[in-house]
Amino acid sequence: MLSFILRRFMSAIPTLLVIVTISFFLIRLAPGGPFDLERPLEAKVMENLNRIYQLDKPLIQQYWLYLTAVARGDFGPSFFLRDFTVAELFARGLPVSMTLGGLAMIFAILIGGTLGSIAALRQNSGVDYLVTGLGALGLTIPNFVVAPIFQIVFGLTLAWLPVAGWGAGTWRGLVMPVTVLALPQIAVISRMTRAAMIENLRSNHIRTLRSLGLPLRVIVSHALRGAALPVVSYLGPAAAALLTGSVVVETIFGLPGIGRYFVEGALNRDYTLVMGTVVVIAVFVLLFNLVVDILYAIIDPRIRYD
Amino acid sequence: MAEPVLTVRNLNVRFRTGDGILHAVKGIDLDVEAGETVAIVGESGSGKSQTMMSVMGLLASNGWAEGSVKYRGEELVGLSPDKLNRYRGSKLTMIFQEPMTSLDPLYRIGDQIALPLTTHGRMSKAKARERAIELLELVRIPEPARRIDSYPHEMSGGQRQRVMIAMALANNPDVLIADEPTTALDVTVQAQILELLADLQKRLGMSIVFITHDLGIVRRFADRTYVMKRGEVVESGQTADIFAEPKHAYTRMLIDAEPTGRKDPVSQGAPMVIEAKDMTVTFGLKKTLFSKAGHMVRAVDGVSLSVRAGETVGVVGESGSGKSTLGRAILRLLPAGGIVRFEDRDLMPLDRAGMRPLRRHLQLVFQDPFGSLSPRMTAGEIVTEGLLVHEPRITRKERDRRAAQAFDEVRLDPAWRNRFPHEFSGGQRQRIAIARAMILHPKLVVLDEPTSALDRSVQKEIVDLLRDLQTAHGLAYVFISHDLAVVRALSDEIMVMKNGKVVERGNAEAIFEKPKQTYTQDLIAAAFLRGLEETKPGAMGTPLSN
Amino acid sequence: MAEGAVVPTEFTTGPIVGRSLWGEARVRLVRNKAALTSIIVLGLVAIVCIIGPFFTGHPFDRVYPDYVRAPASLAAYPTPDQVAPAIERIGARIRATPEDVTIGYDSIRLNLVSPRPIDERLLAYFERSDLFGPAKVVEKLDDGKKLAVEVPVKRIRFLFGTDANGRDLLTRTMKAGQISLAIGLLATFVSIVIGVIYGATSGYLGGRVDLVMMRIVDVLYSLPFIFFVIMLVVFFGRNFILMFIAVGAVEWLDMARIVRGQTLSIKRQEYVQAAEALGVETRGIIRRHVIPNTLGPVVVYMTLLVPKVILLESFLSFLGLGVQEPATSLGVLISEGAKNIQGATWMLLYPSLTLVTILFCLNFIGDGLRDALDPKDR
Repeated sequence: MLSFILRRFMSAIPTLLVIVTISFFLIRLAPGGPFDLERPLEAKVMENLNRIYQLDKPLIQQYWLYLTAVARGDFGPSFFLRDFTVAELFARGLPVSMTLGGLAMIFAILIGGTLGSIAALRQNSGVDYLVTGLGALGLTIPNFVVAPIFQIVFGLTLAWLPVAGWGAGTWRGLVMPVTVLALPQIAVISRMTRAAMIENLRSNHIRTLRSLGLPLRVIVSHALRGAALPVVSYLGPAAAALLTGSVVVETIFGLPGIGRYFVEGALNRDYTLVMGTVVVIAVFVLLFNLVVDILYAIIDPRIRYD
Repeated sequence: MAEPVLTVRNLNVRFRTGDGILHAVKGIDLDVEAGETVAIVGESGSGKSQTMMSVMGLLASNGWAEGSVKYRGEELVGLSPDKLNRYRGSKLTMIFQEPMTSLDPLYRIGDQIALPLTTHGRMSKAKARERAIELLELVRIPEPARRIDSYPHEMSGGQRQRVMIAMALANNPDVLIADEPTTALDVTVQAQILELLADLQKRLGMSIVFITHDLGIVRRFADRTYVMKRGEVVESGQTADIFAEPKHAYTRMLIDAEPTGRKDPVSQGAPMVIEAKDMTVTFGLKKTLFSKAGHMVRAVDGVSLSVRAGETVGVVGESGSGKSTLGRAILRLLPAGGIVRFEDRDLMPLDRAGMRPLRRHLQLVFQDPFGSLSPRMTAGEIVTEGLLVHEPRITRKERDRRAAQAFDEVRLDPAWRNRFPHEFSGGQRQRIAIARAMILHPKLVVLDEPTSALDRSVQKEIVDLLRDLQTAHGLAYVFISHDLAVVRALSDEIMVMKNGKVVERGNAEAIFEKPKQTYTQDLIAAAFLRGLEETKPGAMGTPLSN
Repeated sequence: MAEGAVVPTEFTTGPIVGRSLWGEARVRLVRNKAALTSIIVLGLVAIVCIIGPFFTGHPFDRVYPDYVRAPASLAAYPTPDQVAPAIERIGARIRATPEDVTIGYDSIRLNLVSPRPIDERLLAYFERSDLFGPAKVVEKLDDGKKLAVEVPVKRIRFLFGTDANGRDLLTRTMKAGQISLAIGLLATFVSIVIGVIYGATSGYLGGRVDLVMMRIVDVLYSLPFIFFVIMLVVFFGRNFILMFIAVGAVEWLDMARIVRGQTLSIKRQEYVQAAEALGVETRGIIRRHVIPNTLGPVVVYMTLLVPKVILLESFLSFLGLGVQEPATSLGVLISEGAKNIQGATWMLLYPSLTLVTILFCLNFIGDGLRDALDPKDR
């Protein structure tokens, strides 16, 4: 297992390299530059800026410089938020996004898993229809609709919770954004759990357990373990996406996470910030894929990685 | 006689389906006495499995049972799962047809065997483990103390069925229901499992309800027999009486359905159709995630065979023996080494395009009549697909006429050619597959287990059809099967294969009457253990000598 | 369905109909009430979105400066309490004081009084407002210093209210629905075409080609999707058609995987082997066997991809990267609604309802199709 993890780390490096390369050239080939303002800068100033940020060198050389810098862990200064380095921006934003995303993921797994299992056990009952109906609703109502509605209802009308703001991470400020992030995940997870559980409950080995007169508790625990496999493979990428922040939620609730960096960075041609975000997200995705593989091996003894 | 352990009265099972309500079991009565073996015989769709599923409370969620099922006087129908669980797994247990999937792949077998022990017997974990080892020993799993920590995927099908039996016997049940427990296994393994069950019954004294389509097993093992057809019991009584004097026409038909007759020999002057020498097929084992060097397996290893016009060569072997691979290699559907000559032509140098014109002479019929017909084409389109390739000039009308003709030849109503495959039964689908081969007037047909997925009575019809077609067109057959009775009824020559090699070959009669190799002897003994020669003498028969 | 409970067709006698799997799927789909309702509702929504704008009486880009953020109402505008201030405003422009105003339903009568003679041409101010028709002078008094005027009231309806610029939200919602649906279909079509061709090729050729092709898909998968889309927006500017062809070009990855998996499994089916044994060429196998049998999952995926793309478009519009004014899409409307949520809830409510209805229907149709095409799954 250990050697598998090591091998996976090694094989992640070329993937990462490809991602960095594609992203680097994509953003650099995009029209416009970081210093294009409404009112064009003087040629002299522009030239100076370009020299300071090494944008005057040939693209391929810049690419190499960037790669070597990233390999050293240096993501460079932000072009737009000029007082900060990219690393500093992430040091501030990442904990916020990870708190939100992590909490949302935990709630989604707990609630979604429970709802899905209950629905599967009472297939075609009122509870089942309720859960599947709520699931469909959670999937179809976009978060940029849910979030403002929450703000009106809970922030303004009922005035239970602050309308927006991080509030230094107190729970009152977290409730609404975490809920908005968790809702669609609850919908997906409950759907997947339900489908996987139903398939498992119909399987021959569950029939064996029934024929042996084992109580529901045992049957459910066996079915759940079997049902966990497809759900886990969804959770990996989903967790990676959640932990790296949501543009919509962070914008609407005015939270200082990293979700916004991507959009703002790309629009402002903040090359280093965009590249930093790409690298961070890619690392999260690769990391969680690895976690999924390891979980798979733990759940399913048929999977051997060595 | 003593009070029956299990009484079934006026049992009805119905299923709610998309097309209305399906009445699967129609008011049957059935008794099981202590210590006896009862067989329920019937073909697919007879409701034999559903009867026992409803006894165990295992019907699918769209099904329900009405009537009465009593275990020692206690009513079981309508009990809640909780109440039913007082009987299931302790007094009444069941083993199933699918040993490969009936165990949970995610748990060690020891933990699975321990489940009924800790639940019903309230044993401690340590004690349950001890008992599990005992049980594994009882079902003759070698090295039980080590195998107890195995996962199901590390065991063969036969071993998994033994583990299932161990779980079923964990709490010394009164009744063991065995639903086609050997159907999915190779013949030699089948024999061992049957023998194990017989032996366990003698030692433990439980009743066994044997659900099967195989009359050989019934005759050999059952004290009493119920014959079911389309949800009803058409005949019941002492097994010996039923076999000696079947009263219902359906029972007679089932008993007579064993393929009989022998092949007439081919004249020496018949022309050679195909000649294969030294055929070798090598497969690379599937590469795993990181091991690049998957090692190679010889699926077929230096096999030769030749078939004359009108002749049938039977290829016999268990799963994994390479017999199907050989069939495809001869037809050049797989890359293979060796020499294949069709009439006077060497086939080996030909590429795909080169083979194409010859394909019409070399046809293949598959085992699975469900899988070998494209589900989105009509039967007529399927049958005439070969004409599109080999006679592209003929008109649509002419093709349709030829399809009707081919349907007629395989004794299917030509009016059905606009139907889709899923609207046909298994036997009818196999006829369509045969028609697809015959429409091209081939010279050689490789028949890969063409009867294995079918009920006995349907098998017999297909065997008759194949025989008639051979006589009418002077076809050369390569008949691949694990079913010795069918092979015997159809073949001139027989090759016995094991692990890619030919173990024994010769004239059909000679192989069956005087097998030389022990493997062939085992195979025949195992297959005809359920042969019709012997009847159950009161108690269980003697275990297979081996 | 339970095993062994199936009556073999040999015993069933029925008319020889020849129902194809598609035919049976249709029957099952129609029997599925949720799916059938969704099909009908979606059909109605689509029809209303397409022909509705011709009947609302408002061009989608017509601005009514007097009706900015008018709440949704079944009653016609102007409301009585809007008339008086409007008359005041117009009076100020004409430099006259309105007096003796009597407000009827269809018209108002009033006297305009001014210290100097009133220039009648200035009465055009009435017509220029969104509330009134051309004013008619009934009587001239005091040498033109006092005009008795009759002004017809323009009665217009805003069933969904108006937006922050004073445009009819109903018409705009219909227009937006059109564009969202069009974008969904367009991008889906592009992604299906690319995905099916790529996946089928990869799956059918197999071996090393398959390995390389799927590796490319894997790498594209790990690229952050949003980044890709934002870069596309940057490249294509805001030409939404081009952009959604590009979005389709990104969304094909799942399709390619599905089709490849399907092709691989079909390749192993005995009916394909049977066709090979008959000597059928690769082209014939793909046309007669592979494609018809991959169609089921493709259709299901397609119905589920349309809502995904619509949602993506809304998301981009929400970020301000989507369709540009004066054209609109549901995402744009929702985004505006979210900004005006205090005091103008209807601006969020109606576009959101429309979007959710469309997405809901598409999801139910997709689920229904999947169940219909794969009855095992029920």
